[in-house]
Amino acid sequence: MIGGLFIYNHKGEVLISRVYRDDIGRNAVDAFRVNVIHARQQVRSPVTNIARTSFFHVKRSNIWLAAVTKQNVNAAMVFEFLYKMCDVMAAYFGKISEENIKNNFVLIYELLDEILDFGYPQNSETGALKTFITQQGIKGQTKEEQSQITSQVTGQIGWRREGIKYRRNELFLDVLESVNLLMSPQGQVLSAHVSGRVVMKSYLSGMPECKFGMNDKIVIDKQGKGGAGDDAGKSGKQSIAIDDCTFHQCVRLSKFDSERSISFIPPDGEYELMRYRTTKDIILPFRVIPLVREVGRTKLEVKVVIKSNFKPSLLAQKIEVRIPTPLNTSGVQVICMKGKAKYKASENAIVWKIKRMAGMKESQISAEIELLPTNDKKKWARPPISMNFEVPFAPSGLKVRYLKVFESKLNYSDHDVIKWVRYIGRSGIYETRC
Amino acid sequence: MEWASQLCENRGLGSKMTDSKYFTTTKKGEIFELKAELNSDKKEKKKEAVKKVIASMTVGKDVSALFPDVVNCMQTDNLELKKLVYLYLMNYAKSQPDMAIMAVNTFVKDCEDPNPLIRALAVRTMGCIRVDKITEYLCEPLRKCLKDEDPYVRKTAAVCVAKLHDINAQLVEDQGFLDTLKDLISDSNPMVVANAVAALSEIAESHPNSNLLDLNPQTINKLLTALNECTEWGQIFILDCLANYTPRDDRESQSICERVTPRLSHANSAVVLSAVKVLMKFMEMLPKDLDYYGTLLKKLAPPLVTLLSAEPELQYVALRNINLIVQKRPEILKHEMKVFFVKYNDPIYVKLEKLDIMIRLASQANIAQVLAELKEYATEVDVDFVRKAVRAIGRCAIKVEQSAERCVSTLLDLIQTKVNYVVQEAIVVIKDIFRKYPNKYESVIATLCENLDSLDEPEARAAMIWIVGEYAERIDNADELLESFLEGFHDESTQVQLQLLTAIVKLFLKKPTETQELVQQVLSLATQDSDNPDLRDRGYIYWRLLSTDPVAAKEVVLAEKPLISEETDLIEPTLLDELICHIGTLASVYHKPPSAFVEGGRGVQHKRLPARAGSGESAESPDVGQAVSAVSDAPPAVIPSQGDLLGDLLNLDLAPPTSNVPPVPSSMQMGAMDLLGGGLDSLMGDESETSASHYRTEVQSPQPPECSERELGGDVGGSPAMGVSLGGAPVGMPAGLGAAPAVGGGLGDLFDLGGGVGVTAGSYIPPKTVWLPAMKAKGLEISGTFARRSGVIHMDLSFTNKAMSVMTDFAIQFNKNSFGLAPAGPLQVLTPLSPNQTVDVSLPLSTTGPVMKMEPLNNLQVAVKNNIDVFYFSCQYPISLLFVEDGKMDRQVFLATWKDIPSENEAQFQIKDCHLNSDAASNKLQGSNIFTVAKRTVDTQDMLYQSVKLTNGIWMLAELRIQTGNPNSTDLELSVKCRAPEVSQYVYQCYELILRN
Repeated sequence: MIGGLFIYNHKGEVLISRVYRDDIGRNAVDAFRVNVIHARQQVRSPVTNIARTSFFHVKRSNIWLAAVTKQNVNAAMVFEFLYKMCDVMAAYFGKISEENIKNNFVLIYELLDEILDFGYPQNSETGALKTFITQQGIKGQTKEEQSQITSQVTGQIGWRREGIKYRRNELFLDVLESVNLLMSPQGQVLSAHVSGRVVMKSYLSGMPECKFGMNDKIVIDKQGKGGAGDDAGKSGKQSIAIDDCTFHQCVRLSKFDSERSISFIPPDGEYELMRYRTTKDIILPFRVIPLVREVGRTKLEVKVVIKSNFKPSLLAQKIEVRIPTPLNTSGVQVICMKGKAKYKASENAIVWKIKRMAGMKESQISAEIELLPTNDKKKWARPPISMNFEVPFAPSGLKVRYLKVFESKLNYSDHDVIKWVRYIGRSGIYETRC
Repeated sequence: MEWASQLCENRGLGSKMTDSKYFTTTKKGEIFELKAELNSDKKEKKKEAVKKVIASMTVGKDVSALFPDVVNCMQTDNLELKKLVYLYLMNYAKSQPDMAIMAVNTFVKDCEDPNPLIRALAVRTMGCIRVDKITEYLCEPLRKCLKDEDPYVRKTAAVCVAKLHDINAQLVEDQGFLDTLKDLISDSNPMVVANAVAALSEIAESHPNSNLLDLNPQTINKLLTALNECTEWGQIFILDCLANYTPRDDRESQSICERVTPRLSHANSAVVLSAVKVLMKFMEMLPKDLDYYGTLLKKLAPPLVTLLSAEPELQYVALRNINLIVQKRPEILKHEMKVFFVKYNDPIYVKLEKLDIMIRLASQANIAQVLAELKEYATEVDVDFVRKAVRAIGRCAIKVEQSAERCVSTLLDLIQTKVNYVVQEAIVVIKDIFRKYPNKYESVIATLCENLDSLDEPEARAAMIWIVGEYAERIDNADELLESFLEGFHDESTQVQLQLLTAIVKLFLKKPTETQELVQQVLSLATQDSDNPDLRDRGYIYWRLLSTDPVAAKEVVLAEKPLISEETDLIEPTLLDELICHIGTLASVYHKPPSAFVEGGRGVQHKRLPARAGSGESAESPDVGQAVSAVSDAPPAVIPSQGDLLGDLLNLDLAPPTSNVPPVPSSMQMGAMDLLGGGLDSLMGDESETSASHYRTEVQSPQPPECSERELGGDVGGSPAMGVSLGGAPVGMPAGLGAAPAVGGGLGDLFDLGGGVGVTAGSYIPPKTVWLPAMKAKGLEISGTFARRSGVIHMDLSFTNKAMSVMTDFAIQFNKNSFGLAPAGPLQVLTPLSPNQTVDVSLPLSTTGPVMKMEPLNNLQVAVKNNIDVFYFSCQYPISLLFVEDGKMDRQVFLATWKDIPSENEAQFQIKDCHLNSDAASNKLQGSNIFTVAKRTVDTQDMLYQSVKLTNGIWMLAELRIQTGNPNSTDLELSVKCRAPEVSQYVYQCYELILRN
């Protein structure tokens, strides 16, 4: 298991050093500094073996976190732990910087003592940790409070503490998607996928039991078979096929596996409920139609049409089209119908920005590119035209069908909870070849 | 969330002036000041002082002198201060054991504290103080804590047992803590269970033979229940422990798999990987025909792909593991090539790993995409990455024969860039391509020779020298080139020296008259002036060979080389199996067994995969008899890395096979014995030994292991098909044949029958027929035919506009079809088609499209679109379209395959009234890539043995019987054997078509 954990600043000075195992000596701290932080070349691997000692490191801004071991540890777990450690620190004191770490070093030692025992990761949910690692000293806790803390830390629902109360029970669901596309000049989709996240902010009293439902094809098909036929016909069209999804640890995975229902007791505050990937029937919010014509050897004519392909009532925002230009470009003249376009010589591209655009519209840009004559035989490789945007819907077609809240002990029901759902689709790598 | 971070910000502001200042004090006399402060009466001042001590400790200053003063602060009700003092104690107790005793009382007292947090803190800290005297005092409190009413204390105590065991194993056993720990596996609290499992697993590692972790169905059931309830870390401990269990039968194995699969959806990648480990291991026991086995395979792919969207460090771990999984079970990820494409801003370590996996997944179906990607990568900045990309292009050529030509031309383009390391890397891989496809791409040698001067790396120099030696007869100035290398012989690395020696000897054997001086020079350099025993030995062997029997020397040095296999850098199967048991761990990241990097005996015992239930196969070869799997019964020969290369190139079978050469020993030894004993055994015989021993790895067909080499050899000798006895009885060989390699070569030529590349002349192209009459397509008439031109399938189409209006915007699409035919590019009808105009278009086709079996097999459904409408028609293509250029089978392979295909797969046909003699028929067929492997004449009958390979890798073997004696009987008889018998009749149709036209 993890033998020790060190935090360094960018110069390689140790800010935190905690050794858990006897086989890790003081020289390990220096070995990592000399061989990795001070090494001249670029980091070639996140795992380094120096004199039979393995170092795992991650970097956050200019802070290095390194876990050390001499055993055959679970490498994936060590990295997951390091990320978790960063999350916990960020939840306690914000950004991970040298100053913040120095300011909170006592707290960090206390945390390290709690979440890593003999190198074995223990409960590291901030919700639970904040109940008893407070840097205020544990004063005046009653016996009940103490046992509540311990049962939460060790309990099945380690991510939520008992006795949370809100005057207003409220929850926010954000469906955040990034849509990726590679399209051929003829408009053929070469590859497209959506990677999405469902982020939830819950402000709910007590220990609420939640059930989340979306238009997952498998669920809807199953219901269609069991229930009324017409319902299946109606909703079957709108369901989506999910390639794969992963869940926050609060979700009961065995239930998902057997019934494909997503039920959980949520942590308090913000967290990521699930991640998913889809590749089928993706709504591509924009279509880019490029037309490049070489007029002689010193001139290029480029015409690009973008078409928005969603409901006219919706508005896309922050649209940016990046049209690459050849390296020997000497001058560019641009005319665009909408927005602003500029040739950026340093980036070898014409950047066309449009603030807003409604659905089912189209806009066009045409540019004349003057080229310097070169004797370079190599033809210009024509990099793809890329695009950025943000749209107020989920390009995968994912719809939240319901999020039910049950809290049997407190007297509020599902109807009393105020729920907000928001869909944001952003461009990932969205490219059209030209 | 926001309120939380705001709160923290406030806290940060509040403490800004307090905590970080501890790091800054570096003045002299600090220790004294601290001492005074530690003994201060004021609580606050004490606390500040302890913080300063800890800060000094962190930055590496020795503050052990303050030990008694710090320990004095221990008695406090301030938990924060207490924790700081404990931290100090853990660090320095070992250096001050006597003083540490002072702390014991407080610990024991704290273990009785009413607050469970303090009880746990005390027991946790005590376990970290590695002082013998203290451990004695630890036992009683620990025993109590293990049975504490609070789960938090119990889970801490469970880990403490492991700590104590690390300090004094005997004590733990004597005190009976292990039994208590075992009891905790049945604890009601899942976290206690998880920690107990972790502690027991660790202790069990240092007692490999103890039955500590007594895993039986009952405990497994408890673990599986706890798995659903404990923290993410606990799930990892439990899964890692489960992986050590061996189920009793396949049913138990399946039920565990079923309960583990839900973990594949966990957000924590380590949980996912540990679950994958359990599944990969237990899957070994499931019978392959079980439905559940297939389901499980399908379930594994998505989570593995999802791991690639994690943070880069985890991606790296995941990729290293996927590399193992792809080698063990290639079917899991074979359709997921695209996710391994390198992204521009991936860190270099992720890029390199992805590249590795891309090569492993490359197949005929995706090769075009892969090559396009690799070409991009070869122009990136990072030198290692570029090198690997260049090497990957070569690997693709070797792995996917259809792509070889494109790969070679890509490599030549790269050589033109003149970037030094690119050139060198390209030359190294081209050498491998030469070995895989002899006599195919030698035309590029001239280009390679141009770059001779820029080679400064031993591997590239050795590769180039090998090429020059191997093809000395085609390189006019080979002697000059080699001589130029010889000048600095002693400065070269061993690799280059050995290669140079062999190359010059080869040159001498090929052009003896001009190079006598050169060979003497190199022999004396190697034998007299060198200290290297390998070099000297090889020099002497050559010398003696050349001086005693030049003919034998020729046979030995210029013998046909064993073919190299397509898979490269494969991990040796037993190691692979062991690493599969270590998925997720460091061993899987390093691709080394734990014993290679862990000190001492802890946790290094070798793990093995369980054997399949009900089968007699050993654990090492679970895939026997499965044709699709890349891990076939004989492990594929591995392209030797630079060290082994020379041994191989020496062409002496005397050398015992290295560990990564396939263990097909019977033939190898036989070959060696013949060589030693008979000496003059014929070239042919020798050849049959070597190539026969390798064919099993080359042809991925299930070979019953009983088919031993001896049998094969005997049968070959007696087989009428070959016409010549092939090494069945080396001693009885006609001396003339054995002694005159020229005759052997002549025979070889005879067999070759002009097997040149890209013979286009004779390829028969049926005339165009109307596929879509104008009546049916609103005036558009399409007629067409199919042709195969220089390895590319073309659909030649004529579009005629019989309507009154202009037609534009043509596009074409195919329905899924039996052989995956698909347009390789868009339909190029550039100008609008005016009325009454006809345009001819040739559409290149690829065979990488989606596959669906059609009836008839060669049916193709096409949709053509223009500005008017979409039209559908179907046509049938001659199956000869799919015969590839490299469809010439090795003679031995042909023979073995023919025998191997069951006779019920044989189909007989008659081709009537065909006035062709065997040579004419053979030539005609060759034009359409039907290759004659051998010819035999019996009485009045000529028999042609022919092989054909389809684009999807299916081989077809045919025997064509032609009557020669009787001019009246003009019927040809054809028997076709193929593993896919449904293809036979289409092949027959092609024969008819080709022979009649």
